[in-house]
Amino acid sequence: MTQFYVPSDSAARSLGSDKIATMVSENFSDCSVIRNGSRGLYWLEPMVEVEIDEVRHAFGPITEHDVESLLANGTPNEAHEKYLGVTKNLEWLNSQERLTFARAGEIDPLSVEAYRSLGGFDGLEKSLQQSPQQIIDAIKESGLRGRGGAAFPTGIKWQTVADADGAKKYIVCNADEGDSGTYADRMIMESDPYSLIEGMTIAAIAVGADEGFIYTRAEYPQAIETLEHAVQQAEQTGYLGQNILNSDNNFTLHVRKAAGAYICGEETALLESLEGKRGMIRYKPPLPAIEGLFGKPTVVNNVISLASVPVIMNKGAEHYKNFGSGRSRGTLTVQLAGNVKRGGLFELPFGTTLRHVLYDLGGGTASGRPIKAVQVGGPLGAYIPESDFDTPLDYEEFAAIGGMLGHGGIVVFDDTVDLGQMARFAMEFCALESCGKCTPCRIGAVRGVETIDKILKGDEVTANQKVLEDLCHTMIDGSLCALGGMAPFPVLSIMKHYPDALGTGTTKTR
Amino acid sequence: MAPSSPHSPDTISSVTDSICAKHANTDGALLIILNAVQDELGYIPKSAVPIIAKQQNLSRAEVHGVISFYHLYRDAPGGKNTVYICCAEACQAMGARDLMQHASKHLGVESHQTTSDNLFNLEPIYCLGNCACAPAVMINDTLHAKVSPQNFEKIIEEARKT
Ligand SMILES: Cc1cc2nc3c(=O)[nH]c(=O)nc-3n(C[C@H](O)[C@H](O)[C@H](O)COP(=O)(O)O)c2cc1C
Ligand code: SF4
Ligand code: FES
Repeated sequence: MTQFYVPSDSAARSLGSDKIATMVSENFSDCSVIRNGSRGLYWLEPMVEVEIDEVRHAFGPITEHDVESLLANGTPNEAHEKYLGVTKNLEWLNSQERLTFARAGEIDPLSVEAYRSLGGFDGLEKSLQQSPQQIIDAIKESGLRGRGGAAFPTGIKWQTVADADGAKKYIVCNADEGDSGTYADRMIMESDPYSLIEGMTIAAIAVGADEGFIYTRAEYPQAIETLEHAVQQAEQTGYLGQNILNSDNNFTLHVRKAAGAYICGEETALLESLEGKRGMIRYKPPLPAIEGLFGKPTVVNNVISLASVPVIMNKGAEHYKNFGSGRSRGTLTVQLAGNVKRGGLFELPFGTTLRHVLYDLGGGTASGRPIKAVQVGGPLGAYIPESDFDTPLDYEEFAAIGGMLGHGGIVVFDDTVDLGQMARFAMEFCALESCGKCTPCRIGAVRGVETIDKILKGDEVTANQKVLEDLCHTMIDGSLCALGGMAPFPVLSIMKHYPDALGTGTTKTR
Repeated sequence: MAPSSPHSPDTISSVTDSICAKHANTDGALLIILNAVQDELGYIPKSAVPIIAKQQNLSRAEVHGVISFYHLYRDAPGGKNTVYICCAEACQAMGARDLMQHASKHLGVESHQTTSDNLFNLEPIYCLGNCACAPAVMINDTLHAKVSPQNFEKIIEEARKT
């Protein structure tokens, strides 16, 4: 029987995949349809696959008119206008290293059996044959650094929690994914949720935790629903709950919905929020690893950090570590967004240049106009000009040009962008999302918006540029957390690289 | 993110009571309770606050403080549907500013307001995770991609019918 695959990922659905799935069922009544996740090649979604003789053929992007002719004589219609080729040979996938995202788009996200068939839970089984310290050593050895933004070594964090006193410890997954231009966490949760569950379970065994939380942003209703189902199924099949896989390890996992505050992505604000409070930043120390959720030692890790753990435990630290460059080991999940021709997720070894990603993979802008700037690393990341596009995607290399990789989001702007407005937006967003605990951020961001407005109006430009710069440095130096401490970076990068955007070059004063 | 409309005091107290009871043994359950009340009623009524405060052993001010901190909580009933327009950077790169203006004009309301027929709340939001298919819009729980002004009018018409 011919097997169809039509993605159920929320972005694929936003492009019409539900309707396509229905039409496929109606048109080919003797065929069955699996709703798989997405591989993240969003410019090809809805991407329909037809499997015959165990080979999957891809078509996309599929519209309603394309469905009828997907098959010719019961086999994939290779003459179809939207025929892309055999899926596993697609150059967009071939040019990637899919370690963390190996299963995304391959399978029905909620099928435990399908997950198992592609190596799922092998990492957990291997972990159960090791001591907790051996697991932590493997994670250290792999070189995995936190993918949520700060790039802190995951193994060292786990060690701190493992070594902390106390019988009660927690694993918390940061699934708040607030950065514009990022959707890798959403994709894992929607397309391969068991990899996150498996990673959290391994973390729990490693540090001696028996309870965990996934704090998911409310803007992701489908991810929340998928996770809730996945947790239930994992419990029913013995991968979560009491005596996991007949070992003496117990791990209970809860899915929690946030309520729309960017600051709750910062780990201490997140813990406050999980405790049912306002998302106010906590002073550090104590580190969450020592005094975290409800005052107990807590691992807080990003979705991608945790979902990368199973492949490390399954294939070995060495295998993972062999990808990458410098001190950035393994893979980075690049998410191309904004004004880009081929927007989507590309899992690449660290060290690839930004230029390769933007042009060879991304194909330049969607509008066909020149790229003016890219913002890398979310709303607190610098705007990067063409002259820096040869920088390799590597934590240290990016820091050296005043940027950051953050969670791997790359937002592309063409030459019609008003960067003065983007600088204003950086301050406006900071003002909107500030937790209010410290003055440089709370007041500074509001003053930043006002000052930029004056500059954009041509009001005492030179003097106000000086005010803005001083203000930026006050925020950088005096803020308690990276919201106030980094929101000036996009602004300063625009002032530096695009002097015309914020009035330099004009001498207009009133 | 359910539609919101006014409810009788009895409904409010019985819904709130039963949600609170369900989470009586959960530590730090305030957000869970607020989320559940809002999912059920579409907003968090003022009269629910003392009930929640009492059950959670908090002051009313503390509960208010939490409600006002989070962007997605409503403390008053709004329209039947909520239209979230992504105004974050990736969507701005694809015309979200114009889309927001168009939406505002088309619906005849500003951000955070409700249309006079009580059908739509208009809310800016900062990233829906659909940044590769920008600009993104979400109506209640349904995500839309590459929303041009014309598309916007179409999806609003569809939402009007349901
Ligand atoms: C303002 C702000 C927002 C943040 N948002 C997120 C987020 O949405 N997701 C995330 O994983 N980390 C976020 N972080 C980073 C977290 O504080 C923390 O470093 C991370 O959860 C640790 O996990 P990792 O080591 O696996 O990256 C944010 C930090 C700041 C300062
Ligand atoms: S920098 Fe801003 S968000 Fe961070 S603690 Fe200070 S006020 Fe809160
Ligand atoms: S920036 Fe609009 S969906 Fe992410």
